[in-house]
Amino acid sequence: MLPSILEALAKIALLIGALMTAAAYLVLVERWIAAWIQDRLGPNRVGIPLTKIRLFGLGQPIADGVKFLCKEEFTPRHVDKFLYFLAPVTMFAAAIVVFAAIPFGSVLPPDALPASWGLKQPIPLLAAPALDVGAIYVFAVGGIAVYGVVLGGWASNSKYSFFGGLRSGAQLISYELPLSLGILGVVLASGSLRLDVIIAQQAGSGLWNLFLQPLGFVVFCVAGFAEAARLPFDLPEAEQELVGGYHTEYSGIKLMMYLVADFLHMISAAFLIVILFLGGWHLWGLTDGTNGPAGDLVTWPVAVLRVIVLLGKVMVVILFFMLARWSWPRFRFDQLMSLGWKLMIPLGIVNLVTVAVWAEYGDRIASWLGLPTGWQGAGMAAVGGIALLICWLVATLADPAAADNRPRRQPRHSMLDGEESYPS
Amino acid sequence: MKPNDQNIEWMSPPRLGLAGKSYLLLFLQGLTTTLRHLLSPKKTVQSPEVRHEIPDPLIYRGVHRLNRDEQGRVKCVACFLCATACPAHCIDIIAAESPWPDREKYPQSFTIDELRCIFCGMCEEACPVDAIELTSLYDLSGKSREEMIFDKQKLLSVYDHTKDAEPMRSGGG
Repeated sequence: MLPSILEALAKIALLIGALMTAAAYLVLVERWIAAWIQDRLGPNRVGIPLTKIRLFGLGQPIADGVKFLCKEEFTPRHVDKFLYFLAPVTMFAAAIVVFAAIPFGSVLPPDALPASWGLKQPIPLLAAPALDVGAIYVFAVGGIAVYGVVLGGWASNSKYSFFGGLRSGAQLISYELPLSLGILGVVLASGSLRLDVIIAQQAGSGLWNLFLQPLGFVVFCVAGFAEAARLPFDLPEAEQELVGGYHTEYSGIKLMMYLVADFLHMISAAFLIVILFLGGWHLWGLTDGTNGPAGDLVTWPVAVLRVIVLLGKVMVVILFFMLARWSWPRFRFDQLMSLGWKLMIPLGIVNLVTVAVWAEYGDRIASWLGLPTGWQGAGMAAVGGIALLICWLVATLADPAAADNRPRRQPRHSMLDGEESYPS
Repeated sequence: MKPNDQNIEWMSPPRLGLAGKSYLLLFLQGLTTTLRHLLSPKKTVQSPEVRHEIPDPLIYRGVHRLNRDEQGRVKCVACFLCATACPAHCIDIIAAESPWPDREKYPQSFTIDELRCIFCGMCEEACPVDAIELTSLYDLSGKSREEMIFDKQKLLSVYDHTKDAEPMRSGGG
């Protein structure tokens, strides 16, 4: 009993420490990438204090943090005090609690703990290891984030915050659906809600869900971007329109909680994309295999290598998030809604149906086609690819997301008749 | 103006072609643009260790200077044209009778409030004797507002400081 509690506490401490550091340094990475894309150098001055050593600006996050802590924390007089305080805390807590169910590696060998503790099981690198509803937990807790945003927008009692919160509420709720549809396909194919089992299954077959369900991957990625409120879906805090959106009236450490929560959302979205679709810690030829029946296959090098592969993949996805920020212009709000409701949800349903049909009749179709045994995966990949291609063509030709919402006008000649006709 | 006014020309945004509707081509276009810039050489100048390169110091509009003639006297004849031309009203001249026989007046005091100046160069344009000029010194700083009000001595010293690098535009002294 006691060892398992200590083990859990150690993992939680490790996780929170690593996440806070990662969020701080990702801010630096984001600023670097933003600068490089704009042909600038980015922060490269702050190094060790009181010396001339610069360390490529690696001291910048610490300086930023100190600045945030020392800044005046101003509470406007017109806010709802309780909710104003509660909102960033909700957002931050929801963002960090998600990581309880997200594996950050596979397992450690049992000899990671003293032998006197009598542990024979390998130690899963997951704060809540035996959570059978991992995927549901992640999405349920992730959905709480919208409370932080809406409460912050409401409690601030300012029009910019209000619109930001409203937009964000609509956006997050709209994109929960495609997000869930994307994950439903994966859950259906793997038959488990446990994220570590989903990874192990992809590692076992060597076929990542990216190849089996490319359509689901596209839907999940787009929805993940929107859920993390990253560009090109960052309407909740569109600077040009809404100043700072829902956190316009926040300052000091409360603002920092919002900003860190945003980065945590991005990290968790990247983790989910990697775990659900990019094979987790699996990489062909380097980290093959499963955890084994008792984890006896896992040696220290393998365990470390798997952590490195997983975190490396997550970093690549995060870099893509940051690159995407400067690559494509922001969607207009009605375009965002059209994309979510008219395109992403149908695509998610098509993916779900494809996966369901293949899960039920896949073996029969494969034998009917004369595929050799063991080639079911390839068949699924082909079906998924065809589904993606067809959907892409249909979406291109039909273009359901395009909508002209402007007021209609009379044809020019009828206006010249002198009658009082207004655009209807 | 009513919505059906004939003077209103209603515009429609250009319709997306197939390439635009398919998202993919524009997606790749955006990505290649950012990737290209990500790896391209950077334009940042590491100021203050590296100085900005000024293409032509003679036409740069930085801190003012008051030129001296060959005898080391201030060239200004206190005609007030620069103060009149100045849109920011930052030039303040007190004229006095000239102690020299070749002109009637000279500036007893000549101050420029560098904090008010907008560095438009109109004073330089207006000056009939090429006495006031803008140099290429661009990083001007001071510890107080008073320090940033340049008097005649200081403006003449700017000339002494920059005359070798930037000769007077009218030539000669």
